[in-house]
Amino acid sequence: MWEYTDKVKDFFLHPKNVGEIENADAVGEVGSIICGDALKLFLKVDKETGKIIDAKFQTFGCASAIASSSVLTELIKGKTIDEALKVTNKDIAEFLGGLPDEKMHCSVMGREALEAAIANYKGEALPAHEEGKLVCKCFDVTEEKIRKVAIENHLTTVDDITNFTKAGGGCGECKPDIEAILRNIWSLKPPEKPPKPKKLTNLHKIALIQEIIENEIRPGLQADNGDVELIDIDGNKVMVALRGMCTGCVMADVTIKGMQNKLRELVSEDIVVEAYQ
Amino acid sequence: MSAIYLDNNATTRIAPEVLEEMMPYLSDMYGNPSSMHTFGGQLHRRIEEARAKVASLINAEPEEIIFTSCGTESDNTAIMSAVESLPRKKHVITTRVEHPAVLNFCQHLARKGYRVTYLPVNNQGQLDTNVLLKEIDEDTAVVSIMFANNETGVIFPVKEILEILKERGILFHTDAVQAVGKIPIDVKNLPVDMLTLSGHKIHAPKGVGALYVRKGTRFNPYIIGGHQEKGRRAGTENVASIIALGRASELAARNLSEEIKYLSALRDRLEDTLLKCCPDVRVNGDRNSRLPNTTNISFEYVEGEAILLRLNEYEICASSGSACTSGSLEPSHVLRAMGVPYTAVHGSIRFSLSRYNTEAEIDRVIEVMPLIIRELRLLSPYGREKIVCPPE
Repeated sequence: MWEYTDKVKDFFLHPKNVGEIENADAVGEVGSIICGDALKLFLKVDKETGKIIDAKFQTFGCASAIASSSVLTELIKGKTIDEALKVTNKDIAEFLGGLPDEKMHCSVMGREALEAAIANYKGEALPAHEEGKLVCKCFDVTEEKIRKVAIENHLTTVDDITNFTKAGGGCGECKPDIEAILRNIWSLKPPEKPPKPKKLTNLHKIALIQEIIENEIRPGLQADNGDVELIDIDGNKVMVALRGMCTGCVMADVTIKGMQNKLRELVSEDIVVEAYQ
Repeated sequence: MSAIYLDNNATTRIAPEVLEEMMPYLSDMYGNPSSMHTFGGQLHRRIEEARAKVASLINAEPEEIIFTSCGTESDNTAIMSAVESLPRKKHVITTRVEHPAVLNFCQHLARKGYRVTYLPVNNQGQLDTNVLLKEIDEDTAVVSIMFANNETGVIFPVKEILEILKERGILFHTDAVQAVGKIPIDVKNLPVDMLTLSGHKIHAPKGVGALYVRKGTRFNPYIIGGHQEKGRRAGTENVASIIALGRASELAARNLSEEIKYLSALRDRLEDTLLKCCPDVRVNGDRNSRLPNTTNISFEYVEGEAILLRLNEYEICASSGSACTSGSLEPSHVLRAMGVPYTAVHGSIRFSLSRYNTEAEIDRVIEVMPLIIRELRLLSPYGREKIVCPPE
């Protein structure tokens, strides 16, 4: 059970500013029904003063998502566009008397909808995802968003990032990437990597591959009910069979590729991993 | 008005008869059944009486029942015992929709080097036994498949599974925590090797369970220590709760056929009415093979936690498979394994009934639920054209 403040409960049970604005001057839409929460924000702006004279919302999501959306509309009403842009996810959370850690992403969603609406008002296109910048594929979170939220909220751990942006909360494959981004932001030193062995005998190579699959690859797959079995090693060709939930998984190719990258990094650049048929 | 409790697959209230029966053993009769003096030693007989009652609920022999601390302990013990008694076999089969007590234990075994196969289910939550047939091999030590699913109530084809496993030297364990006391189970008819049951799902207190182990099945204890339970489960007996489980089993056995009729009628009325008066609603799970007390319904365009908290305002207790209620960002593994679309998983609500629910309570839910769904859909950016949901 979530420990919500009375304020969250109140804004959830009696949300203010629900609905659409006809002929809205700006609309901002973030999230998706697949991800589990989505917010559509409507603004009416006075052309002369630049003030937001009305704000309404529609939200698909849990109690804290609905409460955060409603609070956002309350916070920005009467403000000019520039003033409204200063409203942060922290302001939303503080107004509500705090949110459970795992629910901070609801306040971030509010802030994002606001940015989207204001960009829409100014006729700017939202920065589209650049190729390669998408970090969390499960929840569609970009590196840019992770950086921004981390800096604004002084986040230093992967768990924090997951709480605030959901990134890393699905398959978990992007957690090392998130960690790297955090290290980069706060200029922390990466953990010492074991040096790559220089010259390997076949015997050593096989032993090393077995060890890495056992200790570094299988635990991650098993955490998702999957598994992998090493079938054979022929020179640089490593044949594996995916097991458990990995069998027939749409992400099987990605999993194999990830394994290959890991083995290339730790054993030899020439390793090729193939799925055993 | 007190709470309308429709979350009986999570836990149940202690039956008044059960509470009355166990109370003396929490106060005056606090002895240790292993003691030589009468004060403690006399309790031994009460435990054996309880054992006979639990056995009788599933038509087992008393000596085939081992008392444990909970369903999870029984599940862990059963699977561990099976793999330890077949040390050369390194393959375990289970399903994708098991309770974490089985699922996470199998993952634990996988980390220890066992090969684990997770059988899929179809969109009705039903197991295809042909897949099981394909997956078993010489290396398979144990198959652990639940009797009925906790989230959807779908009942699994244990009879067919046993046909497949017959005479192959593979042990079969079933987690029957949700099924025992809700549907008839006869281990003489359905010769499973091991079966898990739990006290607090059948109106006994939390902290007591049992494991049925068929006579002649090799067994290795999981908790090692004293001689209790004939050396099969060490630790001083939880006397009061064991006596409570005995009484609860007796009550369940006595009322079973009437309860099935009563609960399925109540459940069907709740389900049919909600389906009729809310558009874009679906039932998750095979309606033709389900526990009589369970319904899992998805309300599109709205999120489960929001529904639960609105229900909470009316003191109606249910549960949801949505991500926001799972403690992680991932929604129900059961509904996802069934291929229920994410949109429907997020808005899934489970109502699970017990003998203590009344017609009036169901009427109240039928009255309130459409209003809640309508209100939340008015808040939602989706499904705008379909929000009409007036209760008749």
